[in-house]
Amino acid sequence: MMKKTFAVPGEVVLDDLLAGFPHASAVLDEGFKIVALNHMLEALTGYNRDIAVGVYADFILRSNMANSRGQVFQRVAETGETVSIVGDIINRSRKRIPVRFTVSLLRTRRSNQAKGLLVVLEDISAIQATVQTTLLSEWSTNIIGHSPKMQAVFEIMPLMARTEASILITGETGTGKDKIAETIHRNSPRGRFQFVKINCGALPADLLESELFGHVKGAFTGAVRDKAGMFKLADKGTIFLTEIGDMPLPLQVKLLSVLDDRAFYPVGGERKEKVDVRVIAATHRSLSEQVERGAFREDLFYRLNVLHIHLPPLREREGDIRFLLDFFLQDYATRLGKEIQTFSEAALRHLLEYPYPGNIRELRNIVEYCANICRKSNIEKEDLPRYIFEKRTEIQQTVLPAASAGEAVREKRPAPLVLERPAVAENWPATEREMILQALTTTRGNRSKAAEILGWGRTTLWRKMVRHGLA
Amino acid sequence: MKILITAQGDFVAQRFDLTAEVVLATVENGELVGKSRTIIMDRPSPEDLSNMIMEENISVVICGGIEDRHYQFLTWKKIRVIDYVIGDHETVLRRFLAGELQPGDLLPLTRSDLSL
Repeated sequence: MMKKTFAVPGEVVLDDLLAGFPHASAVLDEGFKIVALNHMLEALTGYNRDIAVGVYADFILRSNMANSRGQVFQRVAETGETVSIVGDIINRSRKRIPVRFTVSLLRTRRSNQAKGLLVVLEDISAIQATVQTTLLSEWSTNIIGHSPKMQAVFEIMPLMARTEASILITGETGTGKDKIAETIHRNSPRGRFQFVKINCGALPADLLESELFGHVKGAFTGAVRDKAGMFKLADKGTIFLTEIGDMPLPLQVKLLSVLDDRAFYPVGGERKEKVDVRVIAATHRSLSEQVERGAFREDLFYRLNVLHIHLPPLREREGDIRFLLDFFLQDYATRLGKEIQTFSEAALRHLLEYPYPGNIRELRNIVEYCANICRKSNIEKEDLPRYIFEKRTEIQQTVLPAASAGEAVREKRPAPLVLERPAVAENWPATEREMILQALTTTRGNRSKAAEILGWGRTTLWRKMVRHGLA
Repeated sequence: MKILITAQGDFVAQRFDLTAEVVLATVENGELVGKSRTIIMDRPSPEDLSNMIMEENISVVICGGIEDRHYQFLTWKKIRVIDYVIGDHETVLRRFLAGELQPGDLLPLTRSDLSL
């Protein structure tokens, strides 16, 4: 097809043309020497036109856009395709400036021949500074954690934000999986598009399918109009499937096909919808165990588990509890307009010893309770919720088998039995009986595994079970 | 006195931090001693390059664009830095030997071919 071209009648003074550009710009000749440049480029590079005109653009721009020996310029000249690269320049004041380079081909009107290049340099230092501030604030204050385990998570998050691969986030309830997912999305190239969250465990299978993939009019009773599903809404953005472990098996098949083909059929639809969506999934369950039980498709598990983040429970995050307590106390005191300053020693001792099975969500709720109840400047033991003291006598068991970051999905070894606070009023035989029961519950009645957890031989376990009337 | 010129092909490299090739020359009494030699670095790295400058006891660095922190480091180490030089490194070296090279010098380059 013949390309239509338009040109300003007569000869255009390039300097005049470039003067109207909102960014630093230059026109280069076929040999990539500067022919014309605007004032913004002079200001950005620190070279005035008397020096710059006639000099190879590389020597004036001093960029890192992989333009060694004019490679980028050459590519644009040959292919005619406009190239946009984010990089930096070092200007005459020895300052490094982040820049987005856009290089496009200039052709003549008559012969349609390449005659030069237009180079536009957009100073993105302000944008990058904002992004860095946002990143810093999101990474460090929105998601709080100074413990080594959380630092490891923070280190890996920016890397994950930069990729397109699916992410699986595991962690107990209340560990902040949603927050992590959203932060990754906001700081990814998809950040300006939608972040759509859907809880796979909250809806019945049919409804979930319709919610995820949409439906066409008449697909089922009540489907009076076409409805776009979450996947369509999240196009170019990220879909966050929380409680993925609760997704019904038939839907898992459909999800797998979306991940593979990037397309799906809406419920009752005949036309395939194409989508460009990044999937982040989260679960508090051990998906590998669910795969073993046949409750989760193995292929989908591997498809989702390209990148994996495990969020440690609060009890494994040394030092973070104190930090979070202070942070939430300050937050709630401000919100409630109270002048509460800190926790008393006794209150703090109880709060630090508490295992927080509900993790950060529970800790935040406890602090909110305290801040509401407290009438003095310090939170006393009496201001703490009663159930904290009751729970201290219970045997704590983790919801999810403990697994450190990066290995949660391959835990083949038996889960360790956590016996944090044995019942103080009971004697050893009663505690031993509890331990056996706990181990058997964890291993779902498998005596060999239970014996392994307890550190006993299988015969010893059997003997003790008989003694406690459990066999 | 040892001189280091950051190079890219025949020219002074555009940037110190992206330099992967250097030309080393020894000068005594304003004369070049022996031939200058070229060293190819493993990778462009301003830190490695700075280390090399220290290890080789370089007195003068001739380069293109350089970030202020690297410039400050070198001058703090009492190394003379002639930066933002544009030109081919052989001519640059000759100019230096003649005592005529200044920071920001633009050596005569072809100013033809402005065909647009």
